[in-house]
Amino acid sequence: MSKKHIVLHTAPHVKKPQDVPTIMRNVVYALLPIVAFAVYQFGISVLALVIVTTLACLGTERFFNWMGNKPSSLSDWSSTISGILLALTLPPGFPLWMAAVAGIAGIAIGKAVFGGIGYNVFNPALVGRAFVQAAFPVAITTWTPAFFTGRFSEFVPSSLTAPFMMPPETAEWVKQVAVDGFTGATPLSLHKFQHISTAPFDLYTGMVAGSAGETSALLILVCGLYLVIRKMMNWQIPAWIFVGVVATSGVLYLINPEKFADPVFMLFSGGLMLGAMFMASDMVGSPLTPKGVMIYGLLIGFLTVLIRQFGSLSEGIMYAILLGNAMTPLIDTWTQPRLFGARRKSA
Amino acid sequence: MSLIKQDDRITVDTFLEGIWRENPVFVMMLGMCPVLAVTNSAINALAMGLATAFVLVASSLLVSLFRNLIPSEVRIATYIVIISTFVTIVDYTMQALSQEVYNALGAFIQLIVVNCIILGRAEACASRNKPLKSMVNAAGMGLGFTLALLCLGVVREILGSGSLFGLPLFSEQFQPWVVMVLPPGGFLVLGGWLLFFEWLKTRKQYA
Amino acid sequence: MSGRNSTAMIATLGFVTALSGFLIVTVFQATKPAIEENKRLAIQKTVLEVIKGATADKHFIINEKGELLEAVPGMKGINVYAGYDAQGKLVGVAAEGSAQGYSGSVDTIYAYTPACECITGIKVIKQTETPGLGDKVITDKHFVANFDKLEAKVNAAGDALANAIVAVKHGAKQNPWEIDAISGATISSKAIAKGLNNSAQDVLPKVVPLLPQIEGAQP
Repeated sequence: MSKKHIVLHTAPHVKKPQDVPTIMRNVVYALLPIVAFAVYQFGISVLALVIVTTLACLGTERFFNWMGNKPSSLSDWSSTISGILLALTLPPGFPLWMAAVAGIAGIAIGKAVFGGIGYNVFNPALVGRAFVQAAFPVAITTWTPAFFTGRFSEFVPSSLTAPFMMPPETAEWVKQVAVDGFTGATPLSLHKFQHISTAPFDLYTGMVAGSAGETSALLILVCGLYLVIRKMMNWQIPAWIFVGVVATSGVLYLINPEKFADPVFMLFSGGLMLGAMFMASDMVGSPLTPKGVMIYGLLIGFLTVLIRQFGSLSEGIMYAILLGNAMTPLIDTWTQPRLFGARRKSA
Repeated sequence: MSLIKQDDRITVDTFLEGIWRENPVFVMMLGMCPVLAVTNSAINALAMGLATAFVLVASSLLVSLFRNLIPSEVRIATYIVIISTFVTIVDYTMQALSQEVYNALGAFIQLIVVNCIILGRAEACASRNKPLKSMVNAAGMGLGFTLALLCLGVVREILGSGSLFGLPLFSEQFQPWVVMVLPPGGFLVLGGWLLFFEWLKTRKQYA
Repeated sequence: MSGRNSTAMIATLGFVTALSGFLIVTVFQATKPAIEENKRLAIQKTVLEVIKGATADKHFIINEKGELLEAVPGMKGINVYAGYDAQGKLVGVAAEGSAQGYSGSVDTIYAYTPACECITGIKVIKQTETPGLGDKVITDKHFVANFDKLEAKVNAAGDALANAIVAVKHGAKQNPWEIDAISGATISSKAIAKGLNNSAQDVLPKVVPLLPQIEGAQP
């Protein structure tokens, strides 16, 4: 009779492999519907945008691997995510060469110089966007209409700008193709500079101007929930950001409803949903402790509203998340849990 | 006299030291303020570099000439007086030569006084060496500083304004990278150059 | 090493300082004429550029009593630059305007043409606006076209402008004294308008009665 082997093992009893590439691959799956909707909405320009930024990110990652004599790190999917996310935060008609610059800058100064995945302080996609925001302030605030006819067969004229050249004026072209009443302004800038509100329903479903992948709050929410259900994302981060946004804008709205936007509008407009769901929740740049996550989320929400209402830009989520990223090491230090039984240090 | 036995020989290295092995910007990381602030165009970088190089050479000569007369208790004060004299001279000369460049460089000409490269050279080299050797060394340092500033200025001007020394390089449709002429551009380009030089050095070591 | 006593220290410092003073004074004397010439040329260049058709210029100062004086260095008052054409006829008068922009003061020199009672040119001499946005006030052709003929009539009482110069939202210009702002650079556009208005309200009523005198003082 053969001996039976009883396997003894201490906790944790891991049921399924949850390594970095698996999680990252699932994030990519979660992003695909958003990409698909963006392509449906804005046409092949956005498809090209996604391809260009992703290739730029992957290429830069590989270049730095080569520079540092390290094996390729492309298979961990993290640069693919950065590329896709970056494309989703850019205007649909953003010149492709500038998008490539954004991808290169994002991976180079946002990730590679810190030592690659796991060491980056900031979200690489947002670093890339911040770079082009500072370098090309005009192109990144030029919006083109959604659902124009012929969007699957022709590019937005500014997309195919020759490298290093200025994008052509799109105003004439917009007049030709535009759906009635398109002003070339996002709901946020409409509210900020002209005090025009956008219908909430349009915001949920994405029937407004904006960056390629930020327009439909509802879809982003659903895709984010997929990751939450698969336990691949800390749901508390977006939740606390939403609390921060609602609380801050709620107070401002109560003080002066004429001047400040209502919390619902704040929550569903601009890149807040995309940023909160997919960028602020990036595992590397966010705190580890539950209390830290709360501080981090509230801070980002508060800063977003502050920049939107009082800053010179109409959207603030990008800088809010970057500042949150910068605060993370400090937050983690503050909120280290006390060892069981250890005494609190007397001040 | 000094107890340390002096090596009075002037070698090629006395001059080249400041350009490569001990480059004040890329190796010693000194004088970062003008490096970041006035390199938004090649012409500004060149003017700043030459102005600093002049002050460096002239003050090295004077400090070296008086090196045995200056009591060590008041040496720093004396160096500063000498340096500021030449800075004032540069200030007037630059105004007389070109009002435009002078306006662009602004307060940074006066601030050459506190550039630590110059005080550093006076303390480390000129006060211990004969005039000719100090001057050769200072000229190398000055040239190294100018070249470093130019490295930054050229990149920032090409990307930030699409021109070089004020001459447009591209057609009118060129899209300037606004960030490059702003302060962050200075940091980014400096970082890029440092990365490049470090990478070159590491490659040499492993090769 | 040389002496530790204070006499040596004082002597060294004194000697070095004296040498330093001597060098500086020499250089100052040598460069002074060139520097003043440079400054004058810079102003002249701007004035001749901004007053179209002018080939010669003259610098006047209007003092507190409203008298017109030929400028001498160090004199206080309002700077006025007159531009004359080749025949020695007065074509325009330039004055300085300044107002707070988006990130610091925006300084301008503008030309007033008596013939049409309007501002016919403007040049920004100092600004720190955002590159690519605010500095469009210099490069934007549509915006610069505002100053081809911007009305600046002095009112009947002769103490202010008949209509204040104002910047209006892009595309909303209706009156000849309004400035069509640049969309996206409204604050910088407004700064130009405010600088022009503040200066013109004050300077033009003083200059207009003096015009015959300026005309007569041709170089």
